[in-house]
Formats: sequence, C-alpha cells, structure tokens
Amino acid sequence: MATGREQRVLQIIETARSKRARFRDKQVTLAHGAGGKATQTLIEGLLVPAFTGGDPERPLAALADAGSVTIEGTRLAMTSDSFVVKPLRFPGGSIGELAVNGTVNDLAMAGAKPLALTVSMILEEGLDAEVLKAEIEAIATAAREAEVEIIGGDTKVVERGAADGMYLCTTGIGAVDSRAQLSTRDIRPGDQILVSGPIGEHGTAIMLARDQFDLDAELESDTCSLWPAADALLQAAGSQLHCMRDATRGGVASVLNELARSSGIAVVVREADVPVSPIVAAAAELLGIDPMYVANEGRLVAFVAPEAAEAALAALREVDGCGQAAAIGEVRTEPPGMVLVQTAFGGRRVMDQLVGDPLPRIC
Amino acid sequence: MKFVDEFRDAELGRALSTQILAELEPGRHYKVMEVCGGHTHSIYKYGIDDLLPPNVELVHGPGCPVCVIPMGRVDDGIAVARNEGVIFTCFGDMLRVPGSEYTLLDAKAQGADVRMVYSPLDALRIARENPDREVVFFAIGFETTAPSTALTLKRAKSEGIKNFSCVCNHVTIVPPLRALLESPDLRLDGFIGPGHVCTVVGARPFEFIPADYGRPVVISGFEPLDILQSIQMILRQLRAGRCEVENQYTRVVPHEGNLRALEVMAEVFELRPHFEWRGLGFISQSALKLSSAYQDFDAEARFEVPNVRVADPKACQCGEVLKGVIKPWECKVFGTACTPEHAIGTCMVSPEGACAAYYNFGRFAREREAV
Repeated sequence: MATGREQRVLQIIETARSKRARFRDKQVTLAHGAGGKATQTLIEGLLVPAFTGGDPERPLAALADAGSVTIEGTRLAMTSDSFVVKPLRFPGGSIGELAVNGTVNDLAMAGAKPLALTVSMILEEGLDAEVLKAEIEAIATAAREAEVEIIGGDTKVVERGAADGMYLCTTGIGAVDSRAQLSTRDIRPGDQILVSGPIGEHGTAIMLARDQFDLDAELESDTCSLWPAADALLQAAGSQLHCMRDATRGGVASVLNELARSSGIAVVVREADVPVSPIVAAAAELLGIDPMYVANEGRLVAFVAPEAAEAALAALREVDGCGQAAAIGEVRTEPPGMVLVQTAFGGRRVMDQLVGDPLPRIC
Repeated sequence: MKFVDEFRDAELGRALSTQILAELEPGRHYKVMEVCGGHTHSIYKYGIDDLLPPNVELVHGPGCPVCVIPMGRVDDGIAVARNEGVIFTCFGDMLRVPGSEYTLLDAKAQGADVRMVYSPLDALRIARENPDREVVFFAIGFETTAPSTALTLKRAKSEGIKNFSCVCNHVTIVPPLRALLESPDLRLDGFIGPGHVCTVVGARPFEFIPADYGRPVVISGFEPLDILQSIQMILRQLRAGRCEVENQYTRVVPHEGNLRALEVMAEVFELRPHFEWRGLGFISQSALKLSSAYQDFDAEARFEVPNVRVADPKACQCGEVLKGVIKPWECKVFGTACTPEHAIGTCMVSPEGACAAYYNFGRFAREREAV
C-alpha cells in the first residue's frame, strides 16, 4: 500500500498533469507535427484557447476529426487536412490519393457522407510536370471512387527549396448522417473497441519506400475511403456506435490515448487480438518500432456498446477491405485516462502517448 | 515469426511462472537487477512483472547506453553538429537526450544537419557520398555497439576517407557494476547479465561478481522466456546456496566472447582514465577513447568542443535508486525539479528508467500491487 509520502508525491504528479497544457516551447520541432504529446500541447495549449476563448462548449473544444455546423436544420460536417508526405509516390498510393482519402475519412468519422472537396496545391519551382499530372490523375480517381465532387481549389508556386516537390491541402464538407449519434461523452465502460483491419501498413510502407533501411518487402499502403466502413457501422449499430476515429499519425495507440484522456475512461487492449500482417510485424521487430504507433490511412477505430458489438463487427467484416476487422479491447473505468495492454505473453503494460516521432532504440 | 514466437510462448511463460514459485524461500524478499536497458525494455514490453510473485522485485540497472551520457557530452555533440558543413549522425534514441539546454533534435530544428543512422557504417556511407562535407558519428553504447564503431573506423582508415570522424562515448559495463557493488548499502540478491555485451566480452568479466561480492549472475537473452528462465536460475542458485556466473543465452553467447571483435576494439580504442556518468558521477576506467593510431578520426580533436562539465544537481539520487536503496519517489527532486519533460538523472531520461516509469505509471503500479 502507498505510504503517506508516496501518496503525496503521486498527488503532486497528478495535479501537474491535470493542468491545462501550455505551449512553452521555444521553437517548432518535428515532434509538434508527429501527433504525440507535443502536438497535443500545441493544439490544447495554443490553438484551442485562442479560438474558443477557453469556452469548453464551443465546437472546436470537442477536438473531433471534423467540426460541424447546422444550417437551417441540416447538420454539415467540415474538415481540412494538409499532406506533406515523402516520397510523393509509394507502394499502394501517392500524395494525391491520400489528400482525397484523408479528408474524406475525417468526414466519415464524424458520421458524415462526404459530398465535396476543395484542393489547394503548393508546388515547388522545377517540379516535373509529369509528376504533377500523375498526382492530379490520382486525385481525380480517388475522388471518383469516394463519390465526392471536387468543387474548387488554389495553386501557389514557391521558389526551389522552399517546399519539397508538392504539398496538398484539402477541405471537405459532408452531410451528417441521420443514423449518427456520435459523441465521445457517450463512451461507456463495457464498450467494445473495433479496428477495421490490420494496422500499421501505411506507415511501414512509407518507411520502407524511403529506402533508408535496405529492406525490401511487398507491402502496400492501406489508403482508402472509410465511408463504406462507417456506413456499415452506422447501419448495424446506430446510436450504439459511440465514436469513430481514423488512426492516422501516431497510430491506434494515439487515438486510444486521446479518447481515454478526453473521456476520463480506461482502455484495455488485448494485444493478441490486434490484427497485424506478418510483414508489418517483421519490419517493426527489425526496426524496433511498435505497430500500434505506426500511421494508417485507411483504418478506423470504433467504440460500440457491448450489446451491438457483435453485429457491428460482422457488418464491418462484410465491407470490402475490412475482412480482417477485429474486436481488440474494451473500455473500463480504472485507471482513468490510461491505456493498458494485456500482452500476448500474459502480462500487462501501459501504452503511453508518443512523445515525438517514434525513434528506434539502439538496444 | 519463426525463431521469435517460440520465445514468446504464453503457455510456457505461465509454466515457468509456476516453477519460479517453487524456488522461493517463504518470507524472503528478492531484489534482482537487470543490468541492461534492453532487458528493461523487454520486461516492460511483455509485462513480465505480472508473471513474477510479488516478493520478487526487478531493479532496473545502469545499462541504458543513451541515458548515462552526461549533459556536458551532449553539449559537446551539439557544438560539433553546429559547425558549418557538418553532417552529424547518431542513433535514433540519442536525439532526445537532454544536454544542459538543448537536445540534438532541438539543434536540428535550429538548422544543424543531424541525421539518424542505424549503423556507424551508414554514417561512413554518408561520408563517402558527401566528400565535400565533414561527417561526424556520435558513438555511444557499451561493448555491444563498440565493435561496430571500431570496424567502421578501420574501414574508414583503410579506404583513406578523410571527411569522417567520431565523438567517442563508448562505455564499459564492468566498472559501473563494480561501483554499485562496492556500495555498503547495496540491497541486491542477484544480477541478470547483459546478454548482448556478453556476446562480445564473454562470461569471464562477470566472474568477479560471485567471487568478490557473493551475488549470482545469469547471462540472459532478451525474449520474455529468456528473462523468466534467467530469474528462475538466479533464484535456484540462491536456494541451493550456489553463487556463480551461469549462461542462459547459450544460443548466442560463447563463454570466451567474440575474440575477433575484442581484437578490433583493442586496436581502435583505449581506456579513458575516467568518464562521467549521468547520475552516477565519475567512474575511473569506465569508457573508451580512440587509440593513438586512430587520433585522426577523433572529432573532439578536429572540432572545437566546449568540454564543459555540467554537474548533475546535487540532489539527484539516481545512484541510490539504482542500488535499490531508495524508491524513485523518495528522491528529493523526484516529480518536482526532475520530471520526464525536464529530466535530471539517468533514471528519468529513459522512458523505461525506474523514475520515468514510476512518474508515468506509478498510479497503475500501485493498483497492480493492490491486486
């Protein structure tokens, strides 16, 4: 049992932690864009206070993948996303395809059928026109497949060296589905956690495509539109579907940590039930990286009430590309704000938030 | 994965866990130190603590090679990295280790060309590909990584590559262990020996531990079954009143070590008279520098470095935490001056260090105790 002194020390830590994040860094580092603690400090310590005036009821304070506005009784979801991936083309996809699917998926996670996108491009002087043409084609194809209309955009060109080939920024709008009653506040102890397929494929494919490691593997990015998966979940679970998130930067681990913290719940993940392809598992083993923290571009995490979980999982598995969807864990009450893993070996560990980019260990 | 999954078999783990119970003397509390940071990582990753009885406590040792690098050395590295035209290379987890003011990641954000490599040979390749740039490798690690640095320098020399140099921070494992063992208030019953260091140096350098200090050592592999079995072997020695160096990791560790690696190391390195360890202070003959034959590759001679010692705050008690004399929360600066965001001692720098783990997961750990 904890002694008085230990209790006091734990209390000090607890108080320090529950204080609102403050953005105190002297400069921006790559960690601010990596989706972990530094990103969170930037958002919660700088952006949210500036844009909400500290009012937790303003829409931005919910920190969802997409925001929503109601116009004459119609609820619209809206979101914006930028894409700076290197290399521009990688096995299974390219920056253009990502730019469409990334924004489409943020809308889908808000329970909204994506309707229209705008696409802005920042191009580097000297970019090969063939590269540009290929990406425009990729955008057009992905939009067609996701059944979303491109309705506008912008083009800027910057001097050589001021950008890395091309950056894309997409803004999307969609109509919130009438079946959707998503709110992180409705996440309850007992809720089952589903993932829509094997995790970590996009991030691993990108790492291998950068050719840093002399590793060859037949692995493709998982990039795809998640609307069909969201649609199936909404149909099967309706109001029992409490929350959906696409597990992009920072992977499944970051999504779970974010929700555990914001909803004051505990999450328990059964490691043995998490689908990971043998190639991703092997690459992660060699590189010293945990697939739970690796980015996905076509995988969602859903929180479903226990009574609807079985039907939701069955419906999800019927969706093209989601055949390996799985229930990987559940929501509990204690310890609040934490994500625990039941390891396949039979122990437990805490799955913490990422501090910056995942860095490999030397030993 | 073949040759991996076999060593992570949950059923065998449960069986071993039951067998361990049979080795315990009733009422006795056991403290076993895993020397190597790699073991700490495995213990944490697989939740091995949960498979041990509550009276077997694992104490995390001084063997995390990045966390023991003192602030002054990080500052020196940053100073080298900031030189015009330098490409500064190091292992990934070194990038976040704090110097007195900045980390190497900060230096990168401020404009230094800092790159992560998986091997010193990658750094040498970068030097070959950029003949007009100076390429520096920030060498860290115990005897596990020192041979690869030595081999790289040998190759650089034989190829006549002039734009490559190395900041040598290699350390050796025996002196800090001896320093720990010398302590009169040491409360450790045995040691899980550093398997990968032993692939290079063999088992012999650890024989002083049972001989002079009466503690058993079992050289262990890094998979969860390896570690559980090593703990069982230590407990079995204690129960039988034996005290020796045993090798659990026979599939990798030869008793004599790797003679060729030792040969290359002897050619490229020599012992420093003393070296400072973060949280542990100066330990004599505990680190390596480049031998006179390799002076040309010494980045500390090639570039101006501040070489200023940045003292650990006096209140830091990492030494006591490592010896198992105090718990992290008993340290005077724990949770106040020393936090994961502003770490002082080695135990807080590494996310798996005893203090960082307690800071982040103390609440969870207490709950575990209550179960």
